[in-house]
Amino acid sequence: MAQALIDLLKSQFPTAVLETHSQHGDETVVLDVRQWKAVAEFLYSSPKAAMNMLTDLTVVDYPDREPRFEVVAHLLSLSLGHRLRIKARVGDEAGEGANIDTLTEIWASANWAEREAFDMFGVNFVGHPDLRRILMYPEFQGHALRKDYPADKIQPLVPYREIPGIEKVAPFGRDEGMSFGRQTHSRWADDSEDSQAN
Amino acid sequence: MEPIDIELDEAELELPEEPMLLNVGPSHPAMHGTVRCVMELSGELIHQVDVQVGYLHRGFEKMCERGTWAQVFPYVDRCNYVSPMLNNVGFALACEKMLGIEVPERCQWYRMALGELARLSDHLTCDGAMAMELGAFTPFLWMIKGREMVWDIMEEETGARLTHSFGRVGGMAAPPTKNFKQQSLAVVEHILGIVSEVEKLLYGNRIFLDRLEDVGIVSAADAISLGWTGPCLRASGVAYDVRKASPYLKYDEVEFDVPVGEKGDCLDRFIIRLEEMKQSARIIRQAIARMADSGPINVVDPRIILPPKDEVYNTIEGTIQHFKIIMEGLKIPAGEVYSYTEAGNGELGFYLVSDGSGTPYRVRIRPPCYYITGGLERVITGQMMADVVPCFGSLNMIGGECDR
Repeated sequence: MAQALIDLLKSQFPTAVLETHSQHGDETVVLDVRQWKAVAEFLYSSPKAAMNMLTDLTVVDYPDREPRFEVVAHLLSLSLGHRLRIKARVGDEAGEGANIDTLTEIWASANWAEREAFDMFGVNFVGHPDLRRILMYPEFQGHALRKDYPADKIQPLVPYREIPGIEKVAPFGRDEGMSFGRQTHSRWADDSEDSQAN
Repeated sequence: MEPIDIELDEAELELPEEPMLLNVGPSHPAMHGTVRCVMELSGELIHQVDVQVGYLHRGFEKMCERGTWAQVFPYVDRCNYVSPMLNNVGFALACEKMLGIEVPERCQWYRMALGELARLSDHLTCDGAMAMELGAFTPFLWMIKGREMVWDIMEEETGARLTHSFGRVGGMAAPPTKNFKQQSLAVVEHILGIVSEVEKLLYGNRIFLDRLEDVGIVSAADAISLGWTGPCLRASGVAYDVRKASPYLKYDEVEFDVPVGEKGDCLDRFIIRLEEMKQSARIIRQAIARMADSGPINVVDPRIILPPKDEVYNTIEGTIQHFKIIMEGLKIPAGEVYSYTEAGNGELGFYLVSDGSGTPYRVRIRPPCYYITGGLERVITGQMMADVVPCFGSLNMIGGECDR
């Protein structure tokens, strides 16, 4: 059934379909990245495809290839019961210039999926309404699932975040809560210095 | 004695006009799992909300790329810690799809029975916790007692209560124990009793119903667009169940129904889970009736399955075979596959890429929770602050699976 879908795509977008295969029964289409969104829109709206659910969107990193990243999306049609995997290849060897159109306007599930792909691989989804890191914190350096990110890399400590409009108060006073032996100043002898500091 | 606020002129009171920012989580009694919601409140209404996940991110997908295929099992266990068996089976099926093998019939029935028991424990946890958060503590205790019984079976079968790592590519770690059938049937009977008691206790409870009815409504179109699957999607009225739509194992040979909700509110999601437990019980009974008492549990393929221990210790062939599978890992031919099963929360997908070596090139786990939690923002925007608790509870977010 999905083979007919591939033929339909080929006739509709002759320049967009670069490769196809059906390994293990999963119909796959590799698309030209410039027509990524147009094809997705067609798959969503065409009654013959009716792909109303984006089940998953992820990225695979092939550091030796020249578009380096493969953006992989799995589509499902609940009404017709068929599935399709679409792919597009982006990014140069250094991982720069990995730009691809967002699918958030078509499927709401693309929102978080693309945020994760951005977080983990550094693929930029053009037009995404809220492209922030999602699993990692904002100060995280690098992209963890890239093949050239060492699994045992240690991240630097995160300093206090500067948030405008919020006056930061240090959570504790000097030496507060420390045992007496660890206090750097004497509570009784050097009171004058302490009061100046406060 | 005069009241002290006798001088208070209410017309002169200045009420705050700006919306209030409220931070719930990441560690909050109402947020089971670690998730943080930054809400903008106006009075008690939620104007805007930013749901932040990732507090439980442990980098499983990265770690999977360092070991062998068999070493992925402990990670998928720890993804969903209320129904790990379903994840085990899901990953084993994905690998088997790539290898093009099918496990013996006895193993398929065994996997189904264990998987549905795990689904029982998942739904018991979710519905029990949901009731508890709304103040109904008794059903929680009953349901957790039922879950304990399921875990006792799991312990008997696998040796571990929670993180079994029991699945294997090409079979299971061990055949069913002697008492498995009898014990499972008894436990299923008991759990059905718990379910009907919970129904009697809660379906007539005005407070409980008022807190859930017409709260957190998600339309079918929204749920589909958000990528929801499983009980949450079915509560919105879409009868999509992977077990029916594309049957795996022996699900096409058993009889069961797919319960579907009407409105897609929190009550529907609660009821769907209770109904699904009854269906799971039906499946368990059929699976147990049809599972043979003896026969092979693993495929016969020396490249995939470890040889029996006496062969390993006594023959050179067995030693070499064991060594190769342990040190190099079983080889999966190069290629890619997307395999999907119905886990406790919906479609659990594994997108595997192999380069032909013994180490996975990429293991992408498609967690049902991640997409469901992605819809939390849409569910609670415009709701009252107090409704966050039942809404969040009914989605059954599992932190380990969502953040991996």
